[in-house]
Amino acid sequence: MKRDGERTGVFTRRALLTMGGQAAVLGTLGVRLYQVQVEQGARYNTMADENRISARMIAPPRGRILDRFGLVVGGSTTNWRAVLIAEQANNIPATLDAFSALLPLSEYERARIDRELHRHRKFIPVLIREFLTWDEMAAIEVNAPDLPGIVVDAGTSRSYPYGDKLAHIVGYVAPPNEEDVADDPLLGLPGLRIGRAGMEKFHDLGLRGRAGSVQLEVNAVGRVIRELDRQEGVPGEDVGLTIDAGLQEAVLATLGDESASAVVMDCRNGEVLAMATNPSFDPSVFNSGVSQAQWLEWTKDRRTPLINKATSGLYAPGSTFKMAVALAGIEAKAITPADRIDCPGYLDLGDTRFHCWRRGGHGMLDLRGGLKNSCDVYFYEVARRTGIDHVAAMANRLGLGVELDLDLPGQRPGLIPTREWRIGHGHAWNIGDTIVSGIGQGFIQVTPLQLATYVSRLASGRLVQPHLTRKLAGAMQPGAEPEDWPLLGMSEKLLHNVREGMWAVVNEQGGTAPLARLADPAVQLAGKTGSAQVRRVSRELRESGHFDSEKLPWEYRPHALFVAYAPYDAPRYALAVVIEHGNAGAAAAAPMARDIMTQVLRRDPANRTEAPSAQVAEAVP
Amino acid sequence: MMDRRLWREPSFDLVGKVLRVNWLYVLLLCVLAGVGYATLYSAGGGAAEPYATRHAMRFGIGVILMLAIGMVDIRVIARLAWPAWLGGVILLVLVLRMGHVGKGAQRWLELGGLQLQPSELMKLALVLALASWFHRASRERMGNPLFLIPPIVAVLIPVGLILKEPNLGTAAITAMLGGAIFFAAGVRWWKFVLVLLPLPFLAHFAYGHLHDYQRARIDTFLHPESDPLGAGYNIIQSKIALGSGGMWGKGYLQGTQAHLDFLPEKQTDFIFTIIGEEWGFAGGIAVIGLLGLIILGGMLIALRCRNQFGRLVALGISCNFFLYVFVNIAMVMGTIPVGGVPLPLVSHGGSAMLTVMVGFGILMSVHVHRDVEFGSVRDDR
Repeated sequence: MKRDGERTGVFTRRALLTMGGQAAVLGTLGVRLYQVQVEQGARYNTMADENRISARMIAPPRGRILDRFGLVVGGSTTNWRAVLIAEQANNIPATLDAFSALLPLSEYERARIDRELHRHRKFIPVLIREFLTWDEMAAIEVNAPDLPGIVVDAGTSRSYPYGDKLAHIVGYVAPPNEEDVADDPLLGLPGLRIGRAGMEKFHDLGLRGRAGSVQLEVNAVGRVIRELDRQEGVPGEDVGLTIDAGLQEAVLATLGDESASAVVMDCRNGEVLAMATNPSFDPSVFNSGVSQAQWLEWTKDRRTPLINKATSGLYAPGSTFKMAVALAGIEAKAITPADRIDCPGYLDLGDTRFHCWRRGGHGMLDLRGGLKNSCDVYFYEVARRTGIDHVAAMANRLGLGVELDLDLPGQRPGLIPTREWRIGHGHAWNIGDTIVSGIGQGFIQVTPLQLATYVSRLASGRLVQPHLTRKLAGAMQPGAEPEDWPLLGMSEKLLHNVREGMWAVVNEQGGTAPLARLADPAVQLAGKTGSAQVRRVSRELRESGHFDSEKLPWEYRPHALFVAYAPYDAPRYALAVVIEHGNAGAAAAAPMARDIMTQVLRRDPANRTEAPSAQVAEAVP
Repeated sequence: MMDRRLWREPSFDLVGKVLRVNWLYVLLLCVLAGVGYATLYSAGGGAAEPYATRHAMRFGIGVILMLAIGMVDIRVIARLAWPAWLGGVILLVLVLRMGHVGKGAQRWLELGGLQLQPSELMKLALVLALASWFHRASRERMGNPLFLIPPIVAVLIPVGLILKEPNLGTAAITAMLGGAIFFAAGVRWWKFVLVLLPLPFLAHFAYGHLHDYQRARIDTFLHPESDPLGAGYNIIQSKIALGSGGMWGKGYLQGTQAHLDFLPEKQTDFIFTIIGEEWGFAGGIAVIGLLGLIILGGMLIALRCRNQFGRLVALGISCNFFLYVFVNIAMVMGTIPVGGVPLPLVSHGGSAMLTVMVGFGILMSVHVHRDVEFGSVRDDR
């Protein structure tokens, strides 16, 4: 037993040592547990919340775009979509086959759906088909038992009630690209669109609104368990335009099938009341993506439906430029309005002969006569005396060949050549260049909007800038009152010289544009014709006597222009019409200008607060 | 002999044995299993299905099994020690040949619908075999190095087979368990030093021969943040769950990490994490305390036992339980590499429950027969 006792002693000592070791280890575990749970608890608590709480943004409804009377020209409509929730379908291919039997899915669509099903978790809806019609929705609902997993839900899409009529002004929205999403994560939300052109682009931030957020509790695979917190976003703000949508329609109707554009402005404050360009395009097509065929059709059309001719179409102003030349001449004291200049039908300068449009010439003319007859020789001579730099400065001051302060993306500045510009391009400035500039030809290029601005400034004597935004979120924006715009810095007397000439063009016997005369004798229109050559006419052709621009192929015919304002005694509305390859301003553009101005005066948008009744709007001149 | 006299005592029949059962210890085990039930109820998403009910049923069967084994004479168990060891080795060989491959290792044997992990049974058999070897060893024999060679071989054979599965964690635990019995049997300190000294070099050498997943496990353990969605995910999520529990926890059934499925294997290896998340440090330390009491109880049974075999067996079983607890809790706290070791009586799983309860049954037999003294295992026929 002694031996056993000794052995027991050893065991007891060693067992106690083992217990001590075990206690130490368990104690260490306890300390470690304390460190993890209590000392670092706050940090891990945050991490647990980051795990389970997923903040998601709620897309705010996009603001509307309204015309000056509050008619919706860009809004949102419900977009009925069929989506597939994978976990609710026990056999996805069978469901898709059944769907395809109702509404055929192309191979391309099937491939996209398969790709998205593969990429997303099983409870995330995958888009099958959007923009469903009532009939299609009915077909889906009736066959719902055969379509497990298919759900019809309501998204929103942009709608443009006026379609192509306002496409270039309102613009369009399209799905954002990756760069856009990097700038604003809100754009990453499914179905969200970004303004890509027009007002949709210019006011995109305001229209977009501010995203709301919702805090969701999610599990490890991202399924939403419950909503923890919600903060509503701020809806996008409405944009009120200066445009009168009804007038826009009337203007477009007047333009007919011509490849043309027309701009109507309130000449006292620069509000653009109508800005029509023809042909146009359907902006809602961009919502879902443009097909290759459609794109080719647009881009290959020589009448350029995608280009806003009013702001980006560049044309030589032709004779409509003559008021600027005259004002430059008077201000530079190169001529006085009473100075008479003889027009024998041409002006010889060295070896070159510059023709007047009237082969026999006009004889002796003062400024009024020069404008009324649109005598080319008169203005060759004025330009020659004045010099190009004075002419260019005056043109720029009146809004030609400069970038206007316009709230619409994509405007082109055009060009008024100067000596400096020409030398900068490595050429010498010739006196001949000055001469042709006198009748708005040569290098000069302006847009219809610039012409309308030019007439507005001539008529109002104020430095108005064309603009399209009247209200933001219901609040009037500055620029609606004439006093918001500085004076042009030209005396009424000075301006009267050209206004009188423009009056004579239309209303006086022998003026070049009698067709522009208004039917109502109480209201008079002042205007100026213009024809802009797109191809230089060779001397041989002109002298052969066979030159007839109407026999030219369409794309070589000159553009027809007309600028006007009315009423003459109390100017309110300014107008510019450009008909591409319309031949002569007097014959093609003047009657259109008259019809448009008649509509404008009848509707009188600047003096109304509500859209005119149908009676007023539909009365045919 | 005293044992014969005891044997003939009228009280040492079945009723006497039942009275000698350590009922306090059984109660502690029931409390621990109760903690397991409550936690598995939470892991099941606040429902008894699919884990908690089965856990309770298994524990019920386990308690009966434990008490039944507790009635078996300790000398019978001692006689079965080496056959059990041999059986364990055969099972380990079988598992290598035809075992079920799970997670890159062969660990499981299908036996009539029951999934068996032979390495767990092997640990018990090893404890029995070593205890039986050292049962009658005198001080002189203990001093003889040749006497130590057979038990060392008895340890190395199963350890080698388990390493081949490969199951690094269990092999290490098995080796440590063997070491604990050598230590309790009175092997000299310097001999341990002699064996332990070359270990670091061996470890370095072994790292080069590890399987990729084992190496990855060690690497992730050292730098869990380097791979937050891969192998490090488990450890990170487990630590987040524990840490976010704080001092008092998020409340029963309120653990976000557990209920939102961020915790992997929450009903098995990471069950302690749910306790820590829902009951906080207070709950976690209480459970560690309870586990400590169970270990302490086992060690007290060892100290009270009057035969060397029973003492060594009780110590071995307690150490086995202790190693389970240590590896599991250290693992979920990210203190040692993840090792696939469940928390006994708390984690969901039938096979582990079975082997643990068999172990406690043997422990109970030691306690019931604590006053039995017997000589050589073979003498006593």
